[in-house]
Amino acid sequence: MRAIETNNLTKKYKDVTAVDDLCLSVEQGELFALLGVNGAGKTTTIKMLSCLTAPTSGDARLLGDSVVTAPMKVKEKINLSPQETAVAPNLTVRENLEFICGIYGITKEEAAGKTEDMIKRCSLDEIAGKKAGTLSGGWQRRLSIAMALISEPDILFLDEPTLGLDVLARRELWEMIEGLKGKVTVVLTTHYLEEAESLSDRIGIMAGGRLSAVGTAEELMKKAGKEKFEEAFVVLCRGGSLS
Amino acid sequence: MKIMAFASRNAKEILRDKTSLGFGIGFPVILLLLLSLIGANAPVDLFDVDKLTPGIAVFGMSFLSLFSGMIIAKDRTSSFMMRLFASPMESGDFIAGYTLPLIPMAVAQILICFVTALFLGLSASLNILLTVLVSIPAALLFIGIGLLCGSVFNDKQVGGACGALLTNLSAWLSGTWFDPAMVGGVFGKLAKSLPFLHAVDAGRYALAGEYGKIMPELWWVLVYAAAVDVIAVLVFRHKMKSE
Repeated sequence: MRAIETNNLTKKYKDVTAVDDLCLSVEQGELFALLGVNGAGKTTTIKMLSCLTAPTSGDARLLGDSVVTAPMKVKEKINLSPQETAVAPNLTVRENLEFICGIYGITKEEAAGKTEDMIKRCSLDEIAGKKAGTLSGGWQRRLSIAMALISEPDILFLDEPTLGLDVLARRELWEMIEGLKGKVTVVLTTHYLEEAESLSDRIGIMAGGRLSAVGTAEELMKKAGKEKFEEAFVVLCRGGSLS
Repeated sequence: MKIMAFASRNAKEILRDKTSLGFGIGFPVILLLLLSLIGANAPVDLFDVDKLTPGIAVFGMSFLSLFSGMIIAKDRTSSFMMRLFASPMESGDFIAGYTLPLIPMAVAQILICFVTALFLGLSASLNILLTVLVSIPAALLFIGIGLLCGSVFNDKQVGGACGALLTNLSAWLSGTWFDPAMVGGVFGKLAKSLPFLHAVDAGRYALAGEYGKIMPELWWVLVYAAAVDVIAVLVFRHKMKSE
């Protein structure tokens, strides 16, 4: 069974078509990156796949369950780290993690063990007792991803996980995301081409709400006839539909 | 389980915001002390501690709207709500989670007012407990107003609507420090048609042991509380779907 399969997934806002007839499949354990310029439809796609907004038409199945007819079943299998840092500012790092366990129905005893494990896995030991609102952007983003991981989702959505971070913080997060490969299906949206190139198994390029190309970074460069990924991205974004 | 985890997080967020909490609890107590002092020097019937305390207790609860409105608006305007909406929580979990922690806070706030009043000469009696009970519908009304405002406005607008407008409305139109009937005209009619005056009068009758007069006043509060709470739940559910 595929982790994600979309069939003509479409989202319209009045006259604007944010996502247009998206047909996409992602295998289990795959790290899939969605690339595109602003307004390409990446975040709207993530919102539909994580049941935050209903599609205007079409459907998506996540591990067999439809986002249209069984959103609660889908929500039990997924977790999300939104574009902006999403932490409870007056709760400590440890409390934030325990809180997520609670709303995913994990018992207190189990939550305590999972929290300690996640603190170690994400190297959050030194800030575990600090309030999330007092942390730097890099630490908050790291916590935000840990909060998305603690429910042990089958599918994880990371929306611009390294946006606005300095080079070191970004590299640290890359290592963390790379460690998920093969264990969790990850859908990552990003503006950073090198991030997609370095981390993902496959990349989907979106332009004007449509998926204009899908493949590995090498395949996309070959299809676009370019030696650099950035140049290939520009060609594919400008409508060189090569997939 | 999910409700308790969410309610616990909300309670921590509110209780750890020292400025709002200090203002919400401290301001009504200071008002009670000041007005009692004025009453001692310039005897006015309304400033007697047994008349003043139920009024200040109701006025103090208007800060509950600010607490509930602010936390919902802050969640909504940050990505935190996106994270919550992507979790397997249902609309009932959200509403209960936002409402539940504020009820014990309301009771604590009323009790603090009455303990202060005991030091100012209020006679200890079981009617104090009855007054606390009679004040609960007003607490539900103010919590509902906060839920409604938080669902519609952003955190700055909630500060204006609940922090300035509502606290003033509940102060001027509740008959706490002057009788709206003395002003008469539209002001007097407006005060009678809104629930604040009736909430204060119900508390005063309860404290005075005039039990037969409580329900005619309390019905106003109960009907308003039910209407506001139903509207707030509907608006929140609508927002949950549309956002």
